[in-house]
Amino acid sequence: MTAAGANRTTGTPLLDARGLSRAFPGVKAVDDVSLALQPGEIHALLGENGAGKSTFVKMLYGVLRPDTGTMHVNGSPYAPADPKAARARGVAMVFQHFSLFEGLTVGENIALGLSNATADRALIERIVTVSKTYGLGLDPGRRVGTLSAGERQRIEIARCLLQEPRLLIMDEPTSVLTPQEANQLFETLRRLAAQGRSILYISHKLDEIRALCSAATILRGGKQVATCDPRQETAKSLAEMMIGTTLVPPQRPIVSGRDVRLSVDVVAIPATAAFGVSLSDVRFDVRAGEIVGIAGVAGNGQSELMEALIGERLAPEATSIVLNGAAVGRLGPIERRRHGAAFLPEERLGHGAVPTMSLTETMALASTERGFLDWATFAARARDVIARFDVRTTGADKLARSLSGGNLQKFIVGREIATAPTVFIANQPTWGVDAGAAAMIHKEITTLAAAGTAIVLISQDLDELFALAHRIAVIAGGRLSAPRPVEDVTAESIGLEMAGHKAADLKTAGLGGGRDHA
Amino acid sequence: MLELVPRREPSRAMQIATPLIALGLTIIAGFVMFTALGKDPVRALGLIFVAPLGSWRGISELTVKATPLILIASGLAIGFRAGVWNIGAEGQFIAGALAGGAVALAVHPSEGAWLLPLMCVAGMLGGMAWGAIPALLRTRFNANEILVSLMLVYVADALLKLMVHGPLRDPQSFGFPESKLFQATAILPRLWQGGRAHIGFLVAIAVAVIAYVLLRRHSFGFAVRVLGEAPRAARFAGFSETRMVWASFLISGGLAGLAGLFEAAGPVGQLVPALPAGYGFSAIIVAFLGRLHPLGIIAAGLLMALTYIGGETAQTVMSLPSATTSVFQGLLLFFLLATDVLVGYRVAWRR
Repeated sequence: MTAAGANRTTGTPLLDARGLSRAFPGVKAVDDVSLALQPGEIHALLGENGAGKSTFVKMLYGVLRPDTGTMHVNGSPYAPADPKAARARGVAMVFQHFSLFEGLTVGENIALGLSNATADRALIERIVTVSKTYGLGLDPGRRVGTLSAGERQRIEIARCLLQEPRLLIMDEPTSVLTPQEANQLFETLRRLAAQGRSILYISHKLDEIRALCSAATILRGGKQVATCDPRQETAKSLAEMMIGTTLVPPQRPIVSGRDVRLSVDVVAIPATAAFGVSLSDVRFDVRAGEIVGIAGVAGNGQSELMEALIGERLAPEATSIVLNGAAVGRLGPIERRRHGAAFLPEERLGHGAVPTMSLTETMALASTERGFLDWATFAARARDVIARFDVRTTGADKLARSLSGGNLQKFIVGREIATAPTVFIANQPTWGVDAGAAAMIHKEITTLAAAGTAIVLISQDLDELFALAHRIAVIAGGRLSAPRPVEDVTAESIGLEMAGHKAADLKTAGLGGGRDHA
Repeated sequence: MLELVPRREPSRAMQIATPLIALGLTIIAGFVMFTALGKDPVRALGLIFVAPLGSWRGISELTVKATPLILIASGLAIGFRAGVWNIGAEGQFIAGALAGGAVALAVHPSEGAWLLPLMCVAGMLGGMAWGAIPALLRTRFNANEILVSLMLVYVADALLKLMVHGPLRDPQSFGFPESKLFQATAILPRLWQGGRAHIGFLVAIAVAVIAYVLLRRHSFGFAVRVLGEAPRAARFAGFSETRMVWASFLISGGLAGLAGLFEAAGPVGQLVPALPAGYGFSAIIVAFLGRLHPLGIIAAGLLMALTYIGGETAQTVMSLPSATTSVFQGLLLFFLLATDVLVGYRVAWRR
């Protein structure tokens, strides 16, 4: 199957944006970017975090107004005052983060998202029709809380499609999907394009853009650096256009048979929140110098596992978690740090750092010191981390929330590494950070492992796991599979495990499940 | 539609200036209010804010009123910063006065230098015990500490009345509900002759300074601030919420209890039903007016005491309604919270 383009014409573009610019205090987020989309075209918008992708599409969707530039839809001027006006002109958007009510059904959620609609019979029928036409496989009566991330995303897509959009903007849609679910999404998108609808596809996953899109606009630092046909490019050349430098892949350190630093044997930890995940049968060991990756789709127990490993949530028995020979299952984070552990949580603001506190105070969050604190020392340590990890900020007294995501993540990674841990547990270390920061964080993790630290790497990014981990386990529905050497697994086998027990359901429903291999 | 957008880096200068701006706005609003009431606003404001400072007696009274406010607010500020809402300091104040006063009455008429320290300890323990109830219910059953601590105020009030009508009543009171006058050594030493100012004021200042050092330099204070700002980050750093609820209630309860004992063993000199004068509630305003910062609380406590004394004077001299003082205090808190929001957020128009 070829990507898009079947119905492509050279007539009036569906969307024609010319010279859009938008400045925020101190930064020109988008600087003179032009983009033309033909009907039936799947167009990629590519760039690092902070390159201006979000700002650009917010202007298309009426969330922000451009400072300069013009837009046309089907040849007539287009200047949406708000998303409602954008939808009225046939422009719809599927956001990266879903805004769904878990306690309500699929139909009720869709009704809530449409103005002036209730989940009546007519709407249910339309949902079923749209779902069938595009192979979304939605059951309007199901409760959202019971659905996977892929299914939830398809709700958002259905919600958009009910409004008959001509242009669908998708913001990093595959970040929460298994490879099979992603393939299923691509199939839906191709069907939409074949009908003459256009898709603006935002992503930084280069392989999927090369598979799906017929054109790509690349942004860097708010400027348009290239427009190309991604099928004619390699992932490496795209990445280099995106980052503006050449990339050096991280080196996987060699692990020799050394001591077990971390041993986890959790039979069960029940869920505490209404839609939380219970952990069961989580068993693995990590040796010195080894990186064990934990793959999985978001919401399958990663947060719960992380809390249990940090000690925010205690294990049933002391021996459930053994750190450097010490049974710490019933001990809190401080004691675990004293036994040589360091932690990198997924949420930077609010978990790994307090948004309203300075970097000096952020430094103290990882400290095991109690009693009177010497803030001058913490300030000096913060400055060390800033210098050593190339954190872009004007000083240790700056608030955590004033840093960009990538810079704050570098700071937190630096803070944890500065404690010289013998066991390092990271959840989504490069989530939402720019490629430059991600490369640096990957390098730090491999360096740490080479120095003999045992590392647990929880990630939804399979590329990251395959690049760094020695062994990979999969968490699905709170259950962890046995870690297998990275040489023995493939993206497909991991993907099937990520879908867990639902793999069979997916197949019977005709929703991927291995059909799109290769 | 109006919308509040968080500021990236709130201005430090503005954070310090907001109490002053709020004070200015309160004075303007007071000006309007007195004009509407048909009273001379300049004279009324002069009586409230300036007149009490004109005499040693006035200043002495100022410290008497400020002492419980500063003591209680310093304790409350710790809890409020940690996100633990002890609204029942008034109840802990009463419990402290009762417990400490009961010690004096139990040993009456014997006395000595040992008596006052013993009463202080009993007062603090009384306040702590009263504060321990909401702490226990919150940590055990997740009961809302705001409601529990608030409702316990009325229980404490009833308990005080019961005691001064019954077991602690002075047999020679001709049926009046009041205890015996405390022994001479059960009374707090005066700061100077001719005024009611007592050494409790110095204790209150010292407590505020200690609280400041704790919050600023000690890991306990750091835990307080992290818990209040980001509970998940606090769990990450190993700060226990349960322990913090207990610490907050024991500290604020203990200090409120001490304030109650100071009131009984200071200006009042016995246990009477009218002992609780609303200090526990006003201290909430003081805590916020002082930006939950112990040094700010010293200034805020003095200011609040000023409105009490000045308000009283203005009421009698100009026959203003008795609600004047409360309205003033309410305005002050309102403007403070409003300006506070504007420091952290800016107002933006959407659509």
